[in-house]
Amino acid sequence: MSAVPPVIDAGQPSRMNAALQRILNGNWLVGIVAVVLSILVGSVLIAVTDSGVQAAAGYFFARPLDTIAAIWESIAGAYAAFFRGGIFDYRAATFAEGIESFAESLHRSTPLIIAALGIGLTFRAGLFNIGGRGQILFGAAFGGWIAFGTDLPYVIHPIVAVLVGAVAGAFLGAVAGALKAFTGAHEVIVTIMLNFIALNLLVWALNPGGPLRGQGSSPLTPPPPESSLFPFLFPGYSVTAGFLLAIALTAGVWWLLERSSLGFKLRAVGENPAAARTAGIDTKAITIIAMALSGALVGIAGVELALGETRRPFGSSIDNGVGFEAITVALLGRSRAWGMLAAGILFGIFRAGAVQMRIAGYSDDIVTVVQALIVLFLAAPPLIRELWGVRPDGRRKAAKA
Amino acid sequence: MSTDLVNPMTTSIQRVRLVSWKAPIGYAVIAALSLLLFVGLASDGVATFVLTEADAAIQLAPVDVGARAFGTIVAVLLVLLTGVAFVLATRRRPVPVWLTLVFGLLFVVGFLTWAAGAATQTNTLQVAGLLAGTFGVAVPLIYGSLAGVIGERAGVVNIAIEGQLLFGAFGAALVATMTGSPWAGLVAAAVAGVLVAFVLAAFSIRYFVDQIITGVVLNLLVAGLTSFFYSALMTGNPDQFNDPRLAQFSRFPIPGLSEIPLLGPMFFEQTLIGYLAIVAVLVTWFALYRTKWGLRLRSVGEHPTAADTVGINVNRTRFWNVALGGAIAGIGGASYTIGTGVAFGENMTGGAGYIALAAVIFGQWDPLKAALAALLFGFTSNLGSQLSLIGSPVPSVFMLMLPYVVTVLAVAGLVGRSRPPAADGQPYIKS
Amino acid sequence: MRLELRGITKTFGTLVANDRIDLTVEPGEIHALLGENGAGKSTLMNVLYGLLQADEGQILLGGQEQHFKGPGDAMRAGIGMVHQHFMLIPVFTVAENLMLGNEPTRGPVLDLASARRRVLEISARFGFQIDPDARIEDLPVGVQQRVEIIKALSRDARVLVFDEPTAVLTPQETDELMSIMRQLRDAGTAIVFITHKLREVREVADRITVIRLGQVVGEASPTATNAELATLMVGREVDLVVDKAPAAPGADTLVLDRLTIADPLGHLVVNDLSLTVRAGEIVGIAGVQGNGQTELAEAILGLVRPLSGRILLSGEDVTKSPPRRVLDAGVGFIPEDRTEDGLIKSFTIAENLMLDRSNGAPFVRFGSIRQAELARFAAEKVEEFDVRTPSPSEQVGRLSGGNQQKVVVARELSRDLKVLVASQPTRGVDVGSIEFIHKQIVAARDAGVAVLVVSTELEEIQALSDRIAVMYHGRIVGVVPGDTPRERLGLMMAGEAVAA
Repeated sequence: MSAVPPVIDAGQPSRMNAALQRILNGNWLVGIVAVVLSILVGSVLIAVTDSGVQAAAGYFFARPLDTIAAIWESIAGAYAAFFRGGIFDYRAATFAEGIESFAESLHRSTPLIIAALGIGLTFRAGLFNIGGRGQILFGAAFGGWIAFGTDLPYVIHPIVAVLVGAVAGAFLGAVAGALKAFTGAHEVIVTIMLNFIALNLLVWALNPGGPLRGQGSSPLTPPPPESSLFPFLFPGYSVTAGFLLAIALTAGVWWLLERSSLGFKLRAVGENPAAARTAGIDTKAITIIAMALSGALVGIAGVELALGETRRPFGSSIDNGVGFEAITVALLGRSRAWGMLAAGILFGIFRAGAVQMRIAGYSDDIVTVVQALIVLFLAAPPLIRELWGVRPDGRRKAAKA
Repeated sequence: MSTDLVNPMTTSIQRVRLVSWKAPIGYAVIAALSLLLFVGLASDGVATFVLTEADAAIQLAPVDVGARAFGTIVAVLLVLLTGVAFVLATRRRPVPVWLTLVFGLLFVVGFLTWAAGAATQTNTLQVAGLLAGTFGVAVPLIYGSLAGVIGERAGVVNIAIEGQLLFGAFGAALVATMTGSPWAGLVAAAVAGVLVAFVLAAFSIRYFVDQIITGVVLNLLVAGLTSFFYSALMTGNPDQFNDPRLAQFSRFPIPGLSEIPLLGPMFFEQTLIGYLAIVAVLVTWFALYRTKWGLRLRSVGEHPTAADTVGINVNRTRFWNVALGGAIAGIGGASYTIGTGVAFGENMTGGAGYIALAAVIFGQWDPLKAALAALLFGFTSNLGSQLSLIGSPVPSVFMLMLPYVVTVLAVAGLVGRSRPPAADGQPYIKS
Repeated sequence: MRLELRGITKTFGTLVANDRIDLTVEPGEIHALLGENGAGKSTLMNVLYGLLQADEGQILLGGQEQHFKGPGDAMRAGIGMVHQHFMLIPVFTVAENLMLGNEPTRGPVLDLASARRRVLEISARFGFQIDPDARIEDLPVGVQQRVEIIKALSRDARVLVFDEPTAVLTPQETDELMSIMRQLRDAGTAIVFITHKLREVREVADRITVIRLGQVVGEASPTATNAELATLMVGREVDLVVDKAPAAPGADTLVLDRLTIADPLGHLVVNDLSLTVRAGEIVGIAGVQGNGQTELAEAILGLVRPLSGRILLSGEDVTKSPPRRVLDAGVGFIPEDRTEDGLIKSFTIAENLMLDRSNGAPFVRFGSIRQAELARFAAEKVEEFDVRTPSPSEQVGRLSGGNQQKVVVARELSRDLKVLVASQPTRGVDVGSIEFIHKQIVAARDAGVAVLVVSTELEEIQALSDRIAVMYHGRIVGVVPGDTPRERLGLMMAGEAVAA
């Protein structure tokens, strides 16, 4: 595509055309269109499955307005609940209480942001870490083990747990990285398989008599002691120090990727491994380091899920889909550190809003659908351009006909 | 022309055989493990293998073996075979496939003996039941791996097998319940799989979106959609939307063949979906190597530009074969619901699509080998549940883990030689 | 069948690859299409073959206007093509490749027997010996090309296009190909022969059309002189002679001692090779592509580990050193494929200039990149090496081939070098940049660097080298002085050891 060297310049394309191209190539418009389209699809799903709508549709030809009203009611109800849960609860007595929703969103975004940073890091290195689930489970298991297995003072306790969880996640990432570097095993396949290996190991550790099994009859860990939990930032709000950690890690990843020598090498390997190797960069080492760093970040997300979000005995479903959702956050954030922070907060709002939707009687799975659709639309700017009436090769549809 | 010239057409560059130590080292690790387990940690118990089910027409006597004595023999044999592998490697000769098969079979038998001998509840292992259950577990894996093989041979990596299975299971349950016909359910399952495949194909082939990203996101999308419809539609009205008991395929044993000890119950007491799996594997295998369809399919996965220059429409070929794969995986998904009469449940495929992907790789992108790998994975997961029943010393999770471990070893090249189609995963973009 | 192209125009974005090109080829004629790399020859043929659609213009076959939507249409109309990069599927057999796209079947099942017969039948016509069941990847390049020819003929091609067919052939294989082409011509086939090699054109063509920058710039007869053709082709007199003083070689700096390298399939691509390059001299490695030059260069850098033998740098053994250590020991490396191995297209010029110094001084301090220092350095090098760009922070992918190559050369020559390994230093580079790069290489030599130039362009080797080593099938068949005549080098490139 870009193999053609611009040796000859045969005149500029018309200014109008160029402007259109720029707008459509620009991420922000594609992003907005993706979000709007996805929410539209979500609304259709909500409406068609709503029992009120179905009932009204039964006599649509007699009283069509009833159907439209029912559709409006179902969609508005769902999104109102979503808004109350994710952004601001306008039914609350005070502003301070109303904004608890947004604090909850920040709280729920924390593990997404941290895990997405890890996964975005591998994207930049030309790798694909689908092992988020396994690394989260490993991080949570080892971080949890520090929490209820050791007796440490406040502040120190969660810090040690985070460090140990990071090492555990890094180990799992490094295994995939090392297999890729030394045997050429595709990291996508290896990390998928490691997800299930980690899951089975955790199930085993939670069996009766297993090293992580608590007292109760269900396969859960012991309760983590108060000293090990991430402290709350403000009394009465659910957001914890984990969110500050997420911001600090975002800054760290930004520096690493955009300003550091290691990040330079990592990007070089990602863009053109052959050229990087020829320039003396040890691509094998970079592959292992990138996967290990990624695993470490995702492992920290696991610790946060256990000691920041859950704060109670947990089982093998502690990852709660974060491992895969973080992939979508990294994609939405285009693997740029601050972009992933913003995308993480957006998806945190989705997670918090979904809870309120369920309470209001709507299926919260619609949120997963909307999230997946956003990424699908986003991943294919040409699709959006095509919906706009422009063919994938950039020519207007009409031009050919 | 002077005659002392070397003719470049007849002489070619000198070639040496490079030694690969992977196979012998792999053998050695397993042999060492067997020595440790079968000899070092052996029990004095007697393992009993029950080879036929109680109601079978032909009855075979149960086989009793002393765990320690038999385990020792097996371990010694494995060590000897490892020696053979090392000798072959030093002579720069590859280890033949049949040797690995023999080695693997010996290890499995030794392992069963050891596990049954050391079990706490009972030392009797129901081999017949174990094999009979294997195929049932493997059916969706076989369909999924066929979908994967067809897609990847055409150059499109299909991570969305999981989503196709799940959507197939959902579509089959929904339509079969609504119409009361398992046949309608089967068609719906295929259509559901094709729908997922269309999205995968459109995004990866037309819009050049990374196939892995598309696959991962599609799995999320299908999980979300099915869960949404499940809770919004099915849970309220199960008998209207989600009760495949009334519209399921029943088993019909094939007279005669189903009486063969061990293999009969395994292969010849299936539902239609089970028999169809066997047929699909054989047909795909033959067609891939012997028909025009197969030749063209493989050509677009190996060297799309070359295929284009002989007038094959690469992207159309890829598109429809990915769709075909989707239909196959969708039918595989139907085995979860209308194949067994179980109602659809959220995420009921539980990662089977990923095991199918593993079978594709372990089966080296060959339909027959991939189906065998799927059978092997079905066997290990079934064995896991059997072993926990008899109180085996091995926690069942380790058996459940085996497919994944084996696949990691396979992609790392430690087991078998995996060489994917040359253009696997690469979009074909015309300049 | 008469082929006529009328006013073919094809643009890629702002690049006009073909600009109103007219071309007529008669049956029983070899019509050469001569032009530099990038002149638009391949684009034109891809339009003819239906791989690309022309923006304007007509294709006529035997007077009938054709509309090719894809190669399938072109093939059915009787056009065959022998591609520069063979369009054969490596894991398929000869017979499978032959029938692909045009499969004989019995029912749904492939009729392999008839495909085998077809291979043998056509082979016999030309006296080829080809096993229909051999896998393509196991065959030598020359034989693979014959399979390409058979493939085209099996579809009854009456117009046959050869796209740069001699790039991978030895002079002897080239001669054999020429006689095959004449044989086809005499049987009435219309042949289009695309090349940039003047000698071959004059030897075999009946008519010559020269194109430059996408336009037909003239027709010539085979009796035209090399100089006339070259002038047409590049637009001015080619002067590949580089002004350089006689070399003043110093100490042995790069010593290759009985080096043997195997490729992943075990072929000994470099076989017991020994060679010494002294400080202050240029040694050129001549040879047909694919005779082990690539692997040799990569082994020196440490990208490929030799099976046996030693590589010495000023006496220090670097045989097993990774690229990082070799670069640090004072080796500069210009890879043969700059876009593949030399540059990162999405990086800026500045970033590409620090690519091989990403660890420490001068651009990295405390793990952080010194942006200001890098910007200053990049601006300086852009000026010094005459890189035509709006800014040093321009993406390298946006530069022309010649300017991209200057970035690579600038990077490699801005370190303290003892040895410079330059593979195909001017491939796909415009004439002006070629002169510039050649001067830089000679300047490095004069500064005492031991230079090893690997090139498949004999003119380049002859222009630069103080000594020439000819490589064939992984061995050096002889080392001769830089002024050795072309004919002698050609024989050596075909594997004939030099009688010393």
